[in-house]
Amino acid sequence: MPEDTSARLLAQGVTLSYDRVEVVSDLTVSIPPGSFTVIVGPNACGKSTLLRGLSWLLAPTSGRIVLDGAAISSYPAKEVARRLGLLPQSAIAPDGITVADLVGRGRYPHQSLLRQWSDADAKAVDEAMAATGTTDLRDRPVDALSGGQRQRVWVAMALAQETELLLLDEPTTYLDIAHQVELMELFAELNARGRTIVAVLHDLNHAARYASHIVAMRGGRIVAEGAPGDVITSERVEEVFGLANVVIEDPVTGGPLVVPLRGSSSAAASA
Amino acid sequence: MTALTGVESPPARPPVRRSRRGAALSVVVAALIVAVALSLMIGANPLSPQVVWATLRGEGSTETTYIVIGLRIPRTVAGLVAGAALGVAGALTQAFTRNPLADPGILGVNAGAALAVALGVALLGLRDISALVWLALAGAFVVTIAVYLIGSSGRGAADPLRLTLAGVALGAVFSGITTGMTLSNPDAFDSMRSWNAGSLLGRGFDVIMPVLPFIAIGLALAFLVGPAMNALALGDDVARAQGADVRRIRVAVIVSTTLLAGAATALVGPIAFVGLMIPHVVRWTFGVDQRTIIALSALLAPVLVLLSDVLGRVVIAPAEVPVGIVTAFVGAPVLIVLARRKRASAL
Amino acid sequence: MTLTATPAPRRVLVRLGPLAVPLRVRSILVASVVVAVVLVLGIVSLGVGTYVVAPDAVVRTLLGAGETMDRVVIVEWRLPRTLAAITLGALLAVAGALFQTVTRNPLASPDILGLSNGAFTGMLIALVLVSSSWQSLTVGALIGGVATAVVIWVLSYRGGIQGFRLIVIGIGVAAMLASFNTWMLLQIELETAMFASAWGTGTLNAVTAGSLGGALLSAAPFVLVATVLGPSLRQLDLGDDVAAASGARPNLARGIALVVGVALVAAATSVAGPIAFVSLAAPQVARFVARTPHLSLGLSAVFGAVILLASDMVAQHLLPVALPVGVVTVSVGGAYLVLMIVLEIRRRA
Repeated sequence: MPEDTSARLLAQGVTLSYDRVEVVSDLTVSIPPGSFTVIVGPNACGKSTLLRGLSWLLAPTSGRIVLDGAAISSYPAKEVARRLGLLPQSAIAPDGITVADLVGRGRYPHQSLLRQWSDADAKAVDEAMAATGTTDLRDRPVDALSGGQRQRVWVAMALAQETELLLLDEPTTYLDIAHQVELMELFAELNARGRTIVAVLHDLNHAARYASHIVAMRGGRIVAEGAPGDVITSERVEEVFGLANVVIEDPVTGGPLVVPLRGSSSAAASA
Repeated sequence: MTALTGVESPPARPPVRRSRRGAALSVVVAALIVAVALSLMIGANPLSPQVVWATLRGEGSTETTYIVIGLRIPRTVAGLVAGAALGVAGALTQAFTRNPLADPGILGVNAGAALAVALGVALLGLRDISALVWLALAGAFVVTIAVYLIGSSGRGAADPLRLTLAGVALGAVFSGITTGMTLSNPDAFDSMRSWNAGSLLGRGFDVIMPVLPFIAIGLALAFLVGPAMNALALGDDVARAQGADVRRIRVAVIVSTTLLAGAATALVGPIAFVGLMIPHVVRWTFGVDQRTIIALSALLAPVLVLLSDVLGRVVIAPAEVPVGIVTAFVGAPVLIVLARRKRASAL
Repeated sequence: MTLTATPAPRRVLVRLGPLAVPLRVRSILVASVVVAVVLVLGIVSLGVGTYVVAPDAVVRTLLGAGETMDRVVIVEWRLPRTLAAITLGALLAVAGALFQTVTRNPLASPDILGLSNGAFTGMLIALVLVSSSWQSLTVGALIGGVATAVVIWVLSYRGGIQGFRLIVIGIGVAAMLASFNTWMLLQIELETAMFASAWGTGTLNAVTAGSLGGALLSAAPFVLVATVLGPSLRQLDLGDDVAAASGARPNLARGIALVVGVALVAAATSVAGPIAFVSLAAPQVARFVARTPHLSLGLSAVFGAVILLASDMVAQHLLPVALPVGVVTVSVGGAYLVLMIVLEIRRRA
């Protein structure tokens, strides 16, 4: 199979299952380096599963994941964690842990048994907190924070890991719109500064605005892939989501903006 | 049928499920009847069904009358009563603590009863179960009150987690004291090691009658609080939105559980596992409606108790293995098999 | 060694050669105080008894220059027991911390998971079938405990160990073993039953330098492994996904932690029988006092040492009848938990 050697992360013919139920079947996707890739699709289409597969949280039953030219399974776990960071949906904050401590936990892959803290660690934590605007919260217990603040702290932890590849599983869910945009702008800036970002997003319009590369999934397979302008068309959106819609030009960015039509069935589209 | 009523017949699914549930219910009732029958028939002197039936009608010999009416009926009743109490207490405890590992003794009932019994034996020289039953009741109630006070000191309205921890903690303290006492007093040790095994032997109506009112009240409370438990299962906030008084419901549950578990333990000693296992089995067969779980636990738990008792009479006849020991051997393998199922639900 | 204050004000970074470990100030203080208490209690425990030795004489004897009689009493008779209380308490506490971290359940402990019951079963079988010598009981207990752990492991394994399933199966196995033990206790003679029961609650009565030395030697490599595991276990606290994403390999860490926990408990049980509650209470008390968000192996160890040492002193000297230490640990441990609960409720309210 011809390899896209410029891709840092790619999946080749990958099948991912939970409890012997195939969720993602024989899927090949490559993440363009330096891109802001967003995976979209309806519920249970396998996008989170794909992300977990790409980050090696879930081992494929067939096919392989390639990271920096080598099979991901050939790297030791900490080495993978130094190159690839993942912010999953399910994260537990231990009782009473402070923000600074939690963000510091993101430094784990860079630490060893003897060297459990260093100046580099402190610097990374400070920078991560500054980038997410959580510096003022550093000594507060995480469980006393609001949902939005907490989410930013988790993002800070992922940032502190200082990886060039950052995978994010629905990072903006539960946030109000101001915080959602704030976070997306942060990711865009990180992307501009050289990080490759892969995010699963629910909000199509965020995807349209910020992504440089969109992967649309349905039923465990990729339906469309490419630049937002090419992928986000009215027909495509209806095909992937089953939602009657019209796509207009975003007055701010000039990119596509999806506007759902009233009425639930596509037969009522003309109304 | 559609033509007669003018209404569309209901969708196919519920009747199918209802009939499967109906079948399961008949199985449970049948099992209960069989268990009672076996309990009357089997023992050191096995009696045939005809003899038992004749004796029940008053046509038995003095010997069979003594065995059936004098020994086995009280024993069977004790098993039924204690079983139902433990089953329902278990169902309530699990729903209340939202912890599938919760056991009716988790609020310290067993430890309190044991300590009271040990005190009775060591300090008052009591030996007879009919005297000890009152002490056991008192011990059980006192400990639960203490646990409630500890677990509720503060704003939390009887928070289940606190209560569980308090129950474990206080239970440990009391069991430590009990062990300390029995290890320094051979008579006490001897009596306690019998009592600890949990047995239906020698539980005549003189001990059943005193605990019956408590169990009856406990059961009534449990059935009354059943619908409210359904509301609570959705979370405190949702329950309050539906108009449920969370605090009062919790207190009712605690009172009911204490009455049931305390009385059962006072009657037959600590019988492990019944309260833990039966609600799970009922839930996996009949669904999550708390009213169903409570009602069916009351029916199914005595089956386990009586069958374990019968088994205990048979296994090393003419001697007996106390029922409290057999229930774990019967129940634990079932629980383990169920826990290994992929979809073993946490609650 | 240099100490540098890191940006978070309540920490110091301890640098010693290649070693750089951040420690919380409060944890260091708490640990120091507890260690001091252990030392003081230890000296006291070596001095009291039918033959009383003044504390300064105790210290002199320990340092090598004391009277002969003092030396015999302190070093030969009492020191093994005191050392046992300190070291076994630490081992049990570390095992408890490991179990609780792995199952993410503060109520998890070897006791609850049935290991103590299994050890008791093994001991009862040895008592009935072999002899009542301490060696046969010890071996029986060891085999019983380890066999139980293996059975629970095998039954819980379904492509990995899941905390909840482990606890449920542990409880099932524990219940069966407990029933069997109750049954056995009913069958044997009263005297033997009382003897077995005393052992079953955990006692330091028959500790010898030899048995203690052997247990500690076998436990040492596991303690080392536990230390190495520390950082990855802390990552486990964040949930399996985050832990895996940071390179901590949750399944492996959990498996190793469980094996180490079982080994430490087995070592302690082989010397003193199953001592209840130290494993359960010490890690929680340590966490509560030092206010750490995670269970610390080191802090648990020192608290375990002080709990067991204090309990043994109470059991030996302060009760009207000398009782096995296990009776006291259960009562004291329970009381600690009660106190913790009340204080935490007050704090949160």
